[in-house]
Amino acid sequence: MIHDIAVLGGGPAGMAAATEAAHGGARVVLLEESLAPGGQVYRAAPPGFHAKPDADRRAGNALRAALAKSGAELRTGCRVWGLGGGPLVPEGQAREPFSLSALGADGVPFTLQARALILCCGTHERIIPFPGWTLPGVIGLAAATILLKAQGILPGRRVVVAGAGPLLYAVAAKILAGGGSVAAVIDAATQGEWLRALPALAARPDLLTQGIAWRAKLLAARVPVLAGAQVTAAEGDKVLTHVRVGDHVFAADALCVGHGLVPATEASRTYRAQHAHRPEDGGWVPVLDAAQRTSVAFLYAAGDGAGVRGAAAAPAAGRLAARTALQDLGFNTPNASEEDAALARARRTGAAMARMMALRPAMIQAIPAETIICRCEGVTRAAIEDAAAAGAGTINQLKHFTRCGMGPCQGRMCGEAAGALLASARGVGVADVGFTTGRIPLRPVPMEAILGDFDYADIPVPAAAPI
Amino acid sequence: MTSRFDVAVIGAGVMGCATALFLARGGMHVVLLDRSEICREASGVNAGTLTMQMTRAALIPYALRAHEMWMTMPDWCAGGDVLATSCPGLSVAFTDAEAAMLEERARIRRAAGAPIELIGGSAAQAIEPGLADGVKLAGHCPIDGFASAYLTGRAFRAALQEAGVTLMEATPVRGIAGRFVLDTETGPVAAQRVVLAGGVWLQDMAAWLGVTLPIKVLINQLVVTERMPPVMRTVLGVASGLLSLKQYANGTVLIGGGWQGIGDRARGGVAVRPENFLGNVRLAAHTVPALRQARVVRSWLGLEAETADALPAIGPIPGIDDAWIIGSVHSGYTSGPYMGRILAQAILGEAPELPLFPIDRLLHQGSNSA
Repeated sequence: MIHDIAVLGGGPAGMAAATEAAHGGARVVLLEESLAPGGQVYRAAPPGFHAKPDADRRAGNALRAALAKSGAELRTGCRVWGLGGGPLVPEGQAREPFSLSALGADGVPFTLQARALILCCGTHERIIPFPGWTLPGVIGLAAATILLKAQGILPGRRVVVAGAGPLLYAVAAKILAGGGSVAAVIDAATQGEWLRALPALAARPDLLTQGIAWRAKLLAARVPVLAGAQVTAAEGDKVLTHVRVGDHVFAADALCVGHGLVPATEASRTYRAQHAHRPEDGGWVPVLDAAQRTSVAFLYAAGDGAGVRGAAAAPAAGRLAARTALQDLGFNTPNASEEDAALARARRTGAAMARMMALRPAMIQAIPAETIICRCEGVTRAAIEDAAAAGAGTINQLKHFTRCGMGPCQGRMCGEAAGALLASARGVGVADVGFTTGRIPLRPVPMEAILGDFDYADIPVPAAAPI
Repeated sequence: MTSRFDVAVIGAGVMGCATALFLARGGMHVVLLDRSEICREASGVNAGTLTMQMTRAALIPYALRAHEMWMTMPDWCAGGDVLATSCPGLSVAFTDAEAAMLEERARIRRAAGAPIELIGGSAAQAIEPGLADGVKLAGHCPIDGFASAYLTGRAFRAALQEAGVTLMEATPVRGIAGRFVLDTETGPVAAQRVVLAGGVWLQDMAAWLGVTLPIKVLINQLVVTERMPPVMRTVLGVASGLLSLKQYANGTVLIGGGWQGIGDRARGGVAVRPENFLGNVRLAAHTVPALRQARVVRSWLGLEAETADALPAIGPIPGIDDAWIIGSVHSGYTSGPYMGRILAQAILGEAPELPLFPIDRLLHQGSNSA
């Protein structure tokens, strides 16, 4: 059985894409790593947890409800590790259906095929390394929102919240609301940057109101907010005890830090789609036409994984990708739903926030030489610069020279900073050092789980080489 | 035009690097060109296996000498190091058919000089406690080992520069005119001699000189695990050669064996075939059961060149004075540095320590238009 359309990732873009595609009459499957669709912003509470319904939860529930009614097949809790088919065929052969190999929620491996594939893979969090960032107690801002949103768990008792973008204030306010204390908010953006973003924010009065409410909460709790500042070091013997910000030192048992979001392009890189480096979109993104098509036939991308614009703007992009896929597959395309002015406003606000969360080159330059960049392999800034001096010209060659990006995260955490450091050491642009080749598995995959039952005699061992 | 070099080596893989290095040490003014970066293709992405038990019998004498070179690389490569590690190698048979294959192959390789002895399953488990039960027969070779192939470019680069080689990376050669002017985007490069060392692209390079040399392209898949506690201490394979396993000092286990992915000369390595990925890891887990506890973190592809008779192309290019070729060496990484050394000896006018593999046998009559 071949699906017409597979959607990879069940955040707002993916939920909307699958719903729209199913409405168009296609046989649709949505694959999602979490136990429930929702994504990071619209994350559902796990079973047994009851979080207070807020605007995000309501928006997520609406998308989940529409998806549930749409007739799209939903595969949650599954880890997609293998990608094949599509353009990945021997020379001269016709393209094949896309093929996705996954581990099901029940632990059983499965493979499914689809004529079209919509990538809605979201982002990973950007953390620009600083001394001590690998200490226990230091977690990502987005990681903190998962704890707070889904499960109402505080990241610590006394928390420093640092980084860039609106998530800073959301996390700080939620920590206060949850009964924790916030030692300080360290905002990389200056007050001037926020003022300049105001007109775009004003396009979304709901967000602006929410933002003002968050700031008011911090003010009432007398939380110091340092603008245009950054963490100098996370300190502690075995775990975090203090956060240093220039001359300020804050006692803290948790530091939630995030410097923006980086589009997750593992799948589009594996399919060898064309990519471009666009700092304002979050970094490397697949090149799309106006209808969400990548450079690979029948492969589409939508949501933050195709360029950071925020959760509010994602569903419309997902729906557009679905309509394009339907049209390309020969279905009657449903009429465009009311993608009204509100959406344009959401995109405008999202773009302004994305600019605020974009990579800050000055923060890269401020990384001390002995700070670890690649935490999987323990590669420091100095080691990266040594490799550049020894002739590593691209991010792929940097891997060979240093093992940077060869560990379990495969460069998801370090790739961007490593690329920026390599580019700056060589005196070229970030785009010139390229991105790492996309290869399966998309995520580390337990051998036991994918092996399945097999007899030795059934392993299709190819013919031996000549002696 | 840059000044005229004594020799231009095209292709900066292990063959090209070793040839260039020993030519420079022999007193020549050498330029080494690569369309990409040093050792970024097969030489940097292969399994790093330094085994005799996957080496073709005819290449064993070369591989034994190269094994010695790898183990002492910092001594002759200006400190350049690929972390070569010497350990025993085992090639195992789980079935009667594999045992028969193993017996025959071990005998032939032993005759060629590889000190392989046949042992039983329990003796094999004594050497490799990680090995599964059910081994009927094993070939044991005390001379085996592995290197971290990804370090090869870095290891050669400093030595090449110290030896005075002009390294031109990201400089694709588009053709060769006269004797010899290399056409590159950044201008012509002139040399009195030329060495083609382009791996699977040797076919295209030979065509620049009017020589038709068919080269088959193998798209070898590799898989690596996350770091894990020690599960094995040998280089382990199966009789068919379709598995090579070793655990590095950092705890990662590399799973290879030449399972084929998708790719070609024009596009490079396109994609790992998930079904071959699965077959390869099943074979690995069958052989070392503790690997079931591993997590696979990455797979990748390397392109291996093969001539019509699967023996190397190393020697002068017939009919074209001062044009040489090196490549298509089965398990070429294993014997690579030694092949470069003996080709350099021949180009320098010395007698190579061991015979080259002239390509006359591979050329059709009249295909050489020079």
